[in-house]
Amino acid sequence: MTTNFSIEIAGENALIIYFNQHLNKHVIPVIIQLSQKLIRDKLNRELIDLIPAYGSIVIFFDMAIMDHHQLTERIQAILANVTSMPNQLSNLKTEIKINIVELPVYYSLESGPDLAKIANQANLTIEQVIELHQSQTYQVFTIGFAPGFAYLGDVDERIATPRLNTPRHKVPKGSVGIADNQTAVYPSDSPGGWNIIGLCPIDMFSLNATPAMPIKVGDTVKFYRISKSEFLALGGILGALS
Amino acid sequence: MSQISPYKKPISLGFIVKKPGILSLIQDSGRFGSFNLGLTNGGPLDRPAFYWANRLCGNKINSSVIEITMGGLILIAQVDTVVAVAGASIPMAINGEQKEVWRSYQIKAGDTLSFGFSQIGIRSYLAVKGGFIIPQVFGSASTVCRESIGGLNGDKIKINDILPCEKHSSIKKSADGDNHLQLAEQYRPSYSNNVILRTVAGYQQSNFLPEQQRLFYSSQYCVSKYYDRMGYRLEGRQITSSIENIVSEGICHGAIQIPADGQPIVLLNDRQTIGGYPKIGSVIALDTAKISQLSQGGKVEFRKITIDDAHQIFHQNINVINQIKLTHCN
Repeated sequence: MTTNFSIEIAGENALIIYFNQHLNKHVIPVIIQLSQKLIRDKLNRELIDLIPAYGSIVIFFDMAIMDHHQLTERIQAILANVTSMPNQLSNLKTEIKINIVELPVYYSLESGPDLAKIANQANLTIEQVIELHQSQTYQVFTIGFAPGFAYLGDVDERIATPRLNTPRHKVPKGSVGIADNQTAVYPSDSPGGWNIIGLCPIDMFSLNATPAMPIKVGDTVKFYRISKSEFLALGGILGALS
Repeated sequence: MSQISPYKKPISLGFIVKKPGILSLIQDSGRFGSFNLGLTNGGPLDRPAFYWANRLCGNKINSSVIEITMGGLILIAQVDTVVAVAGASIPMAINGEQKEVWRSYQIKAGDTLSFGFSQIGIRSYLAVKGGFIIPQVFGSASTVCRESIGGLNGDKIKINDILPCEKHSSIKKSADGDNHLQLAEQYRPSYSNNVILRTVAGYQQSNFLPEQQRLFYSSQYCVSKYYDRMGYRLEGRQITSSIENIVSEGICHGAIQIPADGQPIVLLNDRQTIGGYPKIGSVIALDTAKISQLSQGGKVEFRKITIDDAHQIFHQNINVINQIKLTHCN
């Protein structure tokens, strides 16, 4: 018997699976991605939708054809194999095709109005802040807040910066931000309180693309620096903050 | 997202929008299957009223309708068709002549269909025979303005929009000469400014001490000025949770969040998919329909039920609805 997850009631037609927080935090997103895939494959008629998050998945089911007792049993059976091998990360990664996605970023004072503040607070140069942000890989922990908004971590402690006290009314599409130890690319113009350090010209969410997003939960993201002319050549737009 | 447009300009005829009213939105039964991309479900806030509007037009239950919030919508028909309105009792006229909700009417090309403002309840549903013909985005035509998705251009209905629909010139008369359908009065939902919300305990309920739960379920709350399709913020007795924030997790429809100020928020169709406030329970969908009919000052009370009760209520309701027969009228 596994103790790596528990199932609780969320609503009349929703259950939530909590994965054991003592599992390695980098394994959980991979387990969640795999669990999501298995649940979608095996419960298709009964499943309305599901929401994967940091350490949990909410499952919405059709009450007309299933009740929560039956669903709990089904989930336990489906997940028994997944969570019995939490440390076999490489096997899991192969099974769900974890991708490494590279995203170009135009880092500059023009595109990253909070770069100077972060450098100042961290006692680093702007160049060092950029280097710390682009020299490591990040994991996609969850997607939410707005369509296509992916939470990536962990940011190097030296440049981890709390959210702005007063969020901006408009953060332009493509803005690359830092909030505490997480980083993200804004998929569309929106209000926002993250510290902006650059702009990414790649669409993080598109109604016309298949898939709609270049990344999924569990994937690895690597940012790389590009010049202004490369940014513009890739279709990037310099949008004003307000 | 404004540059991206999968929406084709409608070329077919339907209704021209003369006045959009306060907030009129295209809604079908909602967008499911894309929560993992951060897309919320949208769809009708008052699902029973949405169901009846479609049924009165003989439509499939997922057909696109207009959710009229408060009122003020004026449309001019370009085709002959059949319409029906269900939900809050909104003043309604065809060419200035007063008509009733909860029944169908024949409309002729050139007719003006106008709506006043409802007194009790704020959401009414206008269905047209065959449904409004609106392209689907991620499997649904439902409009979520915050996401710029659905409807005609990811936006609410605007002046001069054309809302396409099928042409239906005449409907066959029944043996007694009546050719329209209505829902008999005894089956119509009643709307009130004072509602009881049946609530399934769940999620972080154990983080609310028994006396806090008793306080919550025995208090009356008032709808604040912050209410919309995302959720209803309430005002009343403060509820304390033993935790302030949790790791962000999926939020279900009807979930009741208790933020640090202790004032409950009931989350509805356009909510964010994930969030980090503790939740004391979730209101069942039959009752989120009732809270969504309230405006500022409306009163609510919560009643705790088990998930098994909720399933029972769900099935009973389906049985009742399936047995109801619409009656003919002229």
